[in-house]
Amino acid sequence: MNMPSRPRALPLETKAKSLTETLSVLAAAFFLLMLALIAAPHARAQGGFDVIIGLTTDKFPDTERALNELPGAGLATAPDIVEALVANRLYLNGPARKLYFADEAGKMFDAATGESADVMASALKKVRINNAVRRSLDAARGALTLMSPDPAKRKAAADSVFKSRDATALPLLEAALAKETVSANRKILEEARAAIVAGDSGANEVQRLEAIDILKSRGDQDAVSVLTTIASWSEGRVKAAADSASSVIQAKLALWRNVQNIWYGLSLGSVLLLAAIGLAITFGVMGIINMAHGEMVMLGAYTTFAVQEWARTSHPGLLNYSLFIAIPLAFLVTAAVGILIERVVIRFLYGRPLETLLATFGISLILQQAVRTIFGANNREVSAPSFMAGSFDFGSLQIGYGRMWIIVFALAVFFALQFVLRATSFGLRMRAVTQNRRMASSMGIDTNRIDAMAFGLGSGIAGMAGVALSQIDNVSPNLGQSYIIDSFMVVVFGGVGNLWGTLLGALTLGVANKFLEPIAGAVLGKILLLVFIILFIQKRPRGLFALKGRAVEA
Amino acid sequence: MEARKPLLLSLIDGRGAIFLGILTAAAVLVPLLSLVIPANSAFAIPAYLVALFGKYLCYALLAIALDLVWGYCGILSLGHGAFFALGGYAMGMYLMRQIGTRGVYAHPELPDFMVFLNMKELPITWWGFQSFPYAMLMVLLIPGLLAFIFGFLAFRSRVTGVYLSIITQAMTYALLLAFFRNDMGFGGNNGLTDFKDILGFNVQAKETRVALFVASCIALGAGYLIARAVTESKFGKVVIAIRDAESRTRFLGYRVETYKLAVFVLSAMMAGVAGALYVPQVGIINPGEFAPANSIEAVIWVAVGGRGTLVGAALGAIIVNWGKTFFTGALPEYWLFALGALFVLVTLFLPKGVVGVIEQYKAQRASANKGGTAAAPAAE
Repeated sequence: MNMPSRPRALPLETKAKSLTETLSVLAAAFFLLMLALIAAPHARAQGGFDVIIGLTTDKFPDTERALNELPGAGLATAPDIVEALVANRLYLNGPARKLYFADEAGKMFDAATGESADVMASALKKVRINNAVRRSLDAARGALTLMSPDPAKRKAAADSVFKSRDATALPLLEAALAKETVSANRKILEEARAAIVAGDSGANEVQRLEAIDILKSRGDQDAVSVLTTIASWSEGRVKAAADSASSVIQAKLALWRNVQNIWYGLSLGSVLLLAAIGLAITFGVMGIINMAHGEMVMLGAYTTFAVQEWARTSHPGLLNYSLFIAIPLAFLVTAAVGILIERVVIRFLYGRPLETLLATFGISLILQQAVRTIFGANNREVSAPSFMAGSFDFGSLQIGYGRMWIIVFALAVFFALQFVLRATSFGLRMRAVTQNRRMASSMGIDTNRIDAMAFGLGSGIAGMAGVALSQIDNVSPNLGQSYIIDSFMVVVFGGVGNLWGTLLGALTLGVANKFLEPIAGAVLGKILLLVFIILFIQKRPRGLFALKGRAVEA
Repeated sequence: MEARKPLLLSLIDGRGAIFLGILTAAAVLVPLLSLVIPANSAFAIPAYLVALFGKYLCYALLAIALDLVWGYCGILSLGHGAFFALGGYAMGMYLMRQIGTRGVYAHPELPDFMVFLNMKELPITWWGFQSFPYAMLMVLLIPGLLAFIFGFLAFRSRVTGVYLSIITQAMTYALLLAFFRNDMGFGGNNGLTDFKDILGFNVQAKETRVALFVASCIALGAGYLIARAVTESKFGKVVIAIRDAESRTRFLGYRVETYKLAVFVLSAMMAGVAGALYVPQVGIINPGEFAPANSIEAVIWVAVGGRGTLVGAALGAIIVNWGKTFFTGALPEYWLFALGALFVLVTLFLPKGVVGVIEQYKAQRASANKGGTAAAPAAE
């Protein structure tokens, strides 16, 4: 500002000084020229039209200025203009000072009136954008959406102002705040204002401290980043307040991160529980590891897919509830396959658990290839029903309905199974066979039948696990393989003969996995868990809950 | 047993004589047919076939190693692929160091993938691998050491049966995940490949391939004789006793864990040698070799040939892999069906494998010749 006065104050110059002087004059001239350029159309126009004309000069500074004015100009077509410019669909006719925008279909409209215009886009010039214009464009867009009739758009705009902390948006923010009626949006607007005020070294200290309090109550990672920037160039009480606020938030965030890890771990654990529980039953009763268990899970997932496709094509009204059909159907299908496998193959291999392991591995290969031949090798999409989509907030934790229902489902299956084992005659017989096969046989229990039923039950539960997995994982022929080793680990860790061991094993491994992931990375975390289990087996070779007594020596 | 033959001869029974005879014939004939006679002759063996059969021989050695623990000691290892792959990696690391400046980045010290990953110096795990004797030592030591640590922990706490199988599977799965990581420094996903020389000879050359084939024949023969020596000794009898009645053997005063551990480590080393011979013949080693499915497939080779027969294991490996080559070429979609059916049918109907069926047939004929009771049809 004081540039022009300096040359006059110093009459005698060195060569270097005279150079600065020349530059200053040039800069001043340039500045004036710019002003003239910007002011020229602005001065000529009235109401909303100055903006339109500013956009038709095809000069970046004019465009920038026009965009800055646009939100306050009260132009009805302002959002259309901004969106068209973003999508590179804004056209100008320079000599006629006319501005047009095209909609997505390519239809042309007059930007000043919003009426459709009979012009050809090819005959017009596009309004060009550079980086400076783009900044103004973003700001204009943000400002326009702050006033948008759609509350969700207003929320998004307020969020973006919070993140940009653009001080020039402050008046707009105040205006928006005055009009805003949705309380959640008001909160975000206030936080955005606080972010600007707290960072404004010109504002008075009391205001800034108040603003920091508002940011502190927001309490998320964004607030921390705002507060740390403020602390980095503030002093005194403001700095201290910002520092303490950000450390308070960080401590809270760390706590929530742990809660989130536990939640994700429980979610993973419940999936493992579903996959492993059937394995634990067949292993417990028959002492064999069913290597085709993962394929039962896969069959369950494909049943879900088939039911969904059936509902989509013939009963669209049922589509949203197809899971309720898929759950019992998957149980029946996989239980039937399981009983078939038991009757055709496994019953001939009693007393040879290792051979059974090989035979079931062969069955798993056949099932995989069969599914690949029938359904194709590609992933199949199973859509989530409406009640499983979306999420709700619990503190700072976002809880997805899908994961929540899977946990509920896993626990429901677990307790239903406990009921079957504890309170029915079939369960009693099954437990008897688990504990001492020969004694049970002597007491008149048909162990062959129990074996077949147990195998069917275990497979059926795997099928239901497949229904749940179809909601969170890709339905592909390899689906089972990715869970089978983890399921084995759960059974080995939890021990057989007691479902509580399986529950505890699954949830422990799930939670441990999620806690290790951020520290060691997903893969290394998994390796550490496998090593841990291999070492754990040293201490308890038969898992957490081992059967005691004679039953151990099979 | 009574008539004292020289040690080596006493190890060779009827089956073994045929097996070693075929191996010797292969070791002599293949060089003749592929190198000496002209390439356009009807009897000439092309280089790719030499490498293919060499690969089968490595699988056969792996099968014999597996048969030693499963067929004679009752340990169903679902992780022998890990020992095979570790031996292969040790050999692969030697071969990588031999590339020298001929890599894409022409770095004198570091293999290409390390330059690509911006590593500055050779990781400590790679030290010494430019020396062939050291690499060969590692081929034996690394699988042996892993087997020792793993077996020591597992056998000491009496992890047996399916539990042990599952844990060995977890071991190879953990290694699979580990070797997929780039920062392990073993080439990550792509593994080690683009080998140039072995002991100064070009690995791609026909002569080298034939030499590797002969080496595989020798290794397989030696592996067989070692396994025979072990199983025929007093030590081997105890091992078989452990297979049949572990608790009883323990109560008789044998340290079951020590016997199991010794057999397990020996078997792992044999698997390592098989892997080391495999890598230069196929030209690549990657983490896929650690896949649990590979290890289980090796078990089915043994089952097909006949567990507890050694020769049968080698035979099974060659039959199944020949079938795999045939199927994946002719009917690729049906290979998994065939392999799966093989698993089921062999366990159901051929519990003693191909060799078992032959033995049974011979026994029947012998009793028929003696004019004894009519041989019952093979029911089991």
